[in-house]
Amino acid sequence: MQGYNFAYLDEQTKRMIRRALLKAVAIPGHQVPFGSREMPLPYGWGTGGIQVTAAVLGRNDTLKVIDQGADDTTNAVSIRHFFGRTAGVRTTTHTAEATVIQTRHRIPEEKLREDQIIVYQVPQPEPLWKLEPSRVETKRMHALADYGLMHVKLYEDVARLGQISISYDYPVMVNNRYLMSPSPIPAYDNPKMNRMPALQLFGAGREKRIYAIPPWTEVRSLDFDDHPFRPINATQACGLCGATDSYKDEVITDDRGGRMFVCSDTDHCEQRRDAA
Amino acid sequence: MAYVAVKGGERAIRNAHAWLAEERRGDSSVPDLGLAQIREQLGRAIDRVMAEGSCYDPDLAALAIKQAQGDLIEAVFLLRAYRTTLPRFAHSAPIDTAKIAAARRISAIFKDVPGGQILGPTYDYTHRLLDFELAESQPPPDAPLAAPDPSPMPRVHDILGREGLLEADGPIDAEPADLTREPLSFPAGRDVRLQALARGDEGFLLSMGYSTQRGYGGSHPFAGEIRVGEVSVEITPPELGFAIDIGDLTVTECQMVNQFKGSKTQPPQFTRGYGLVFGFSERKAMSMALVDRALRAAELGEDVTAPAQSPEFVLYHSDNVEATGFVEHLKLPHYVDFQSELQNVRRLREAVDQREAAE
Repeated sequence: MQGYNFAYLDEQTKRMIRRALLKAVAIPGHQVPFGSREMPLPYGWGTGGIQVTAAVLGRNDTLKVIDQGADDTTNAVSIRHFFGRTAGVRTTTHTAEATVIQTRHRIPEEKLREDQIIVYQVPQPEPLWKLEPSRVETKRMHALADYGLMHVKLYEDVARLGQISISYDYPVMVNNRYLMSPSPIPAYDNPKMNRMPALQLFGAGREKRIYAIPPWTEVRSLDFDDHPFRPINATQACGLCGATDSYKDEVITDDRGGRMFVCSDTDHCEQRRDAA
Repeated sequence: MAYVAVKGGERAIRNAHAWLAEERRGDSSVPDLGLAQIREQLGRAIDRVMAEGSCYDPDLAALAIKQAQGDLIEAVFLLRAYRTTLPRFAHSAPIDTAKIAAARRISAIFKDVPGGQILGPTYDYTHRLLDFELAESQPPPDAPLAAPDPSPMPRVHDILGREGLLEADGPIDAEPADLTREPLSFPAGRDVRLQALARGDEGFLLSMGYSTQRGYGGSHPFAGEIRVGEVSVEITPPELGFAIDIGDLTVTECQMVNQFKGSKTQPPQFTRGYGLVFGFSERKAMSMALVDRALRAAELGEDVTAPAQSPEFVLYHSDNVEATGFVEHLKLPHYVDFQSELQNVRRLREAVDQREAAE
């Protein structure tokens, strides 16, 4: 696009972001502050993910953008257009073809590979924010690996409700050291993060934090021995492709209680239907 | 099939943008609004957009206001997103507000001060009656002219400071921090706090400042001095080695004087709260000065009990571009997370049902 650098950001800014990314990769799960810029898209709409993507994108990359698992949701379309315009890179909806995948709220069903990068859009990088609003205080807690507050919260869930009641943005322990927000992906996706071959990068633009999980890193969802982590998903099969092993969206079909369940990952669903 | 309803995002966006452009233009039988008209006749809106957009350019602000249909926060956002792409080729010397070409200068703590009290173009003493003549585009009567008064206009604070009754300005040590390049971190120095407040949302600062006047972190303020006018901006290019004037800015400066009973280390004296804003905006400059003083509570050994005294609370929530983005992002699809919550609530209810059946 005329008047703008490749992938929108100027090279100095990209270098600043890459330095933050390198630090983040070196300390898995640790939140690295960075000089987040105003982007031409609003805060809360993926500015962190967009800046990370802009910093790692090269001319030969193939980009996939999903929101809620789907390539055709309006915000995914908008971000894909943004990089189509500012970087002119090839875009795809096929998970296997992409070298960089920017996502909001999901991890694709298809297993990611070592030559792929997944960039998560993160609204709130601080996993402890609901328990302790002060970032000065949570920073101290991370430094001391003082995560008792979160364990107490999970324990209180069990005591009151008989089970842990977090269904998305379910906190994880990365490399046995840092408590981390996986971003608001459904807890169903959490196990995919563990020892994932692909590099996982997280960008929070408004909160000005970057963090990362290097390939093959251990990522454990917090739980108790007698109350093990349980992912949540609809028990019904996909109404379009019949999949039972994918995360489902619930679609209301009429006003008389009619509903169907369909794969949230549109690419996964289409591939299965094409193969059938 | 119902599922089809969520498809077609691409065409929907294109059509929405076309509709928006048409709506922005409005009735095409009404003349198109020129940028010069916005710049000249909506000056206070221009000032607000430049201040919160952190970019002093009335023409760009006019464009942003036109493009945003007068939605000033949207206009601020447009200007911010533009300024962030601009290269930075020099840093100016600090502006000197003692040498301001004042259009307005008042002090509420002395009946008269050297340099005089100048009301300037203020709404303060207008009666807020709708002026129906304005609807008929009548040219205003000429304002009377007088020769400019060349007498110096020393800062009221410097006069008080000579007696030691007012705390001195802090030392000017390191280069000031820059929030637009480095993320906010705590403890945040006063330089960072003032920068955040200067580009913070006027409404937010107004409410925060107001809350200190109603008992939430009170600091007994007096408007020591408010001045509005033009200051020159100077840079010193390394290849020249001397300062050159690159242009003028209109700014509003407010110095609040606050009561302070003294502490173990400091004698009783007045303390300061400071506000400086691009353009003509006393409301913002005064609010900023109140909040600046409130944020100094910990440093002055006062109890920190109110929101306006908490740097984390104020600085993390003062930026309207950040705030509006995150509040409005709730309209983005959240159905994956909602679905998880739905299954979760169903599971919790099942557990309750099973427990009740067992009892």
